[in-house]
Amino acid sequence: MKKFIIFGVCVLSSILLNAQEPEYTTKKDTTKLSEITVLGRHTLSNYRQEKTLSSIDDYLEKSNKITMIKRGGYAWEASMNNMNSNQLSVTIDGMQIFGACTDKMDPITSYVDVSNLEKVTVQSGQEGTENGHCLGGGIDLQLPTPSFNGSGLKTTADLGYETNGNYKTAGMDMAYSGNTFYINADGIYRKSDNYDAGGNKEVLYSQFEKYNISLQSGYKLNENESLDANVIYDRATDVGYPALPMDVSLAEALIASVSHNYQNDSTFIKSLETKLYFNTITHIMDDSKRPIVPIRMDMPGWSDTYGFYSKATIKKNNHNMLVNLNGFYNKSLAEMTMYPNNPNESPMFMYTWPDIRTLYTGLYVKDAIAINALETLSASIRMGFHQNKIAKAAGVESLQIFYPNITDSKNRLLTSFSGNYQLKKELFDVALGVGYGERAPTVSEGYGFYLFNSFENFDYIGNPNLKNEKALEANFNANFHKNNLHLGVETSYFHIMNYIIGTINPALSTMTIGANGVKMYGALAHASIFDVYLNASYQLSKPFSINGSLGYNYGTGSNNKPLPFIKPFSYLTEINYATIRFNAALQLEGNGNQSQYSSFYGEDETPGYAVINANFGNVFYNHTNKIVLKYGVENLLDTNYSSYADWNNIPRQGRNFYINLSYILP
Amino acid sequence: MKIKYIIPILIISLFSVACSTDDDTDVNELEGLTKVQELSNNTHSIELYTANGQFSTGYNAISIRIKDNVSNTYIENASLTWNPVMQMPTMQHSCPKSTVAKVSGKTTVYEGYIIYQMANLDGSGWSLSVNYTVNGVSYDATGTIVVKQAAKQNVTSFMGSDNKRYIIALLEPKMPKIGNNKMVVGLYKMENMMSFPVVENYTITLDPRMPSMENHSSPNNTDLTYKADDTMYHGNLSLTMTGYWVLNLKLLNAQNEVLKGENITLETVKSSLYLELEF
Repeated sequence: MKKFIIFGVCVLSSILLNAQEPEYTTKKDTTKLSEITVLGRHTLSNYRQEKTLSSIDDYLEKSNKITMIKRGGYAWEASMNNMNSNQLSVTIDGMQIFGACTDKMDPITSYVDVSNLEKVTVQSGQEGTENGHCLGGGIDLQLPTPSFNGSGLKTTADLGYETNGNYKTAGMDMAYSGNTFYINADGIYRKSDNYDAGGNKEVLYSQFEKYNISLQSGYKLNENESLDANVIYDRATDVGYPALPMDVSLAEALIASVSHNYQNDSTFIKSLETKLYFNTITHIMDDSKRPIVPIRMDMPGWSDTYGFYSKATIKKNNHNMLVNLNGFYNKSLAEMTMYPNNPNESPMFMYTWPDIRTLYTGLYVKDAIAINALETLSASIRMGFHQNKIAKAAGVESLQIFYPNITDSKNRLLTSFSGNYQLKKELFDVALGVGYGERAPTVSEGYGFYLFNSFENFDYIGNPNLKNEKALEANFNANFHKNNLHLGVETSYFHIMNYIIGTINPALSTMTIGANGVKMYGALAHASIFDVYLNASYQLSKPFSINGSLGYNYGTGSNNKPLPFIKPFSYLTEINYATIRFNAALQLEGNGNQSQYSSFYGEDETPGYAVINANFGNVFYNHTNKIVLKYGVENLLDTNYSSYADWNNIPRQGRNFYINLSYILP
Repeated sequence: MKIKYIIPILIISLFSVACSTDDDTDVNELEGLTKVQELSNNTHSIELYTANGQFSTGYNAISIRIKDNVSNTYIENASLTWNPVMQMPTMQHSCPKSTVAKVSGKTTVYEGYIIYQMANLDGSGWSLSVNYTVNGVSYDATGTIVVKQAAKQNVTSFMGSDNKRYIIALLEPKMPKIGNNKMVVGLYKMENMMSFPVVENYTITLDPRMPSMENHSSPNNTDLTYKADDTMYHGNLSLTMTGYWVLNLKLLNAQNEVLKGENITLETVKSSLYLELEF
């Protein structure tokens, strides 16, 4: 009876809380600063996004600094500050996890879904080194924080449909939160057929199907301590990659962690979180759906990671410190078996990632010092030991074909630091930052064996002797607010040393049939990347607002050639109408002509484009339940286009009508 | 009374221990070898061994033991020569072969190699004569042998541009691996039907290719050069993957004149001089 009452009170209070929750408007936040972008469905209980069920990829793409490199309709690769995933630190709630595909068909972001996450933290440049070394920035996909708020049971069901590709989504989320115990279970299923580019042109092999389930639970040991456990299982099957010569028959991840949390406001250490984790990925490439291939092949890959971190926050006087000690051990193995057209010949086998073991341990310390009420000075440092080891003797021997003197292991010491000054006044705020960072080459860059890059049409050979890639960075942000006007500028400059990139070795014979040649990973002495974004928004009246953003990026190497994958001039403008129960927005977004394209690195000039999107949202209250309806149209004019970040110029989606329905039981 | 029984038992057990040690040395001397066949005469049986228990085209490392048919012991002090002969419809010829010598560290085993450059489909045609001298007395034994055709071309016989006939045979790698392999070949000149001496100080260039992979090649291969200590040609063969490889060769004489073989180009996908490998 007592329990029932408590349960009832919880339900009631959650209804009240829900009812009071202000409904934020749907808004593509063009004024978003580089530092932190908050996304995700859990905090998204307020349904700020235009599509409640859009993928993480879609969410990430909304950040100014992030562009998704697309090889199809699924599993896009995040790039930030014009740097690709090799130069970023992408983690799941501080956990290191590495894709198992040698051709980047499985970026980390493809192994979690919005249903798993509370928010995504995006930090530019050296600000992003909390979880690992990077040059371009860090993306942390954060799991929900423990909540012992006694809010009882809450159920959400989501359904989504998109006309383009006959894309169906269904999701379900159940959360129970008591005072000492909570449990969350969620699942999401997505299935899409081939999508159509503008003009009803079907893009073959762009289908996908996936599901993701996760379970999170926690128990409060006492006032200050709790134990949590989280398991995510993600399985994608039948994923097409129209830009690549192969598809994927299975991409499977199991991500598990247990953590101990300590929190106390009265002690020197305010919080201490320690997590042990493990994840395993299986990735199977498949060409059985392609009618004509030069040679049939199997290309499976596996990546297992074991790791830990221990993170403490300390507040003392005007110091605000964060200390993070972390470590991981990764095993990356990938192989290729080709079946000759002559059935009497033996299959051809090689290790494309010859069982590379990576061991890393490092320490991160950040201190934000409040100089006075307006000024903050912050500094961070990360130092770590990084070791690669080739576990398979066959791996050492195969790489010795190219590098006769290499041994099976290589140790590196990595250092990153940054400093930041911030001034916040009523009318304006400015922030100035400098940083220096290093990163170790990735497994593919260091040890890849005949990895085919279909964009450049070259085979790649890793280089175990690569030096660390290093970057000197300066960034500047300024914002001005007056009445209903907001103006912002954000800019960063990177001077990169030992910029890792492939160079053609004309003496080498291609492995992939039809490839133009073989590149070996090497480094440019230096390279420069610059980006600047201007943001403006103006609140015309209470429901009406307009905002816009302009972006310019530039990248060049010491060989005086433009770097590849540099975003051309980009713009976005939007007009919003928002009330508590209804919102609408009309959006124009586009890129200019890619005039600074890098033919040297296989790029061609991608013409400019502009697309128009419109979205709408309604919220209905029905007794204790709430219904959120989101609908709209993307690429209204059915433009046939591709952007600079579309692998092999595969065209993007044409006109797409979508509808998302969310039903929230208290 | 009891001791009568014990003594024979002791003797027997001593003997059997002694015998078993004998057996052990036999086993050790033949470790990794399988008997192919025996050639017999009135006094001796010539036991022929190879690693896989058969003869096949290409390089064959052969071990020999001579058993005294009367005493059932193995001769430890023989000196041997041998002569393999192929009987063709209109003529007969021999093939490249080494001398036969006692293996250091072994008491009863003699060793040498024979390179059969051809075989009939049913393995017939070859015979082997062994001439040997024991304690100043000469003997010989002859018999037909079966030589199987190897699955891949590991030996080739050809006419050079100098109008001389040569034979090239692959010795190493026996167990190819992905990576750098030590490659060893033997090069012989056909002086006449029965004499195939080693050719010294020529050069054999190497270009390994995978026909199923649009003639993919590998880097870091080296030309094969002559080494006097084993009278063979040595070089590095790098193999980037398992599968079927064609080892395209070119034979150059001491004056660097091409005697046989071509460079591989888009038009010339295979040299007229090549060996094969599959693993």
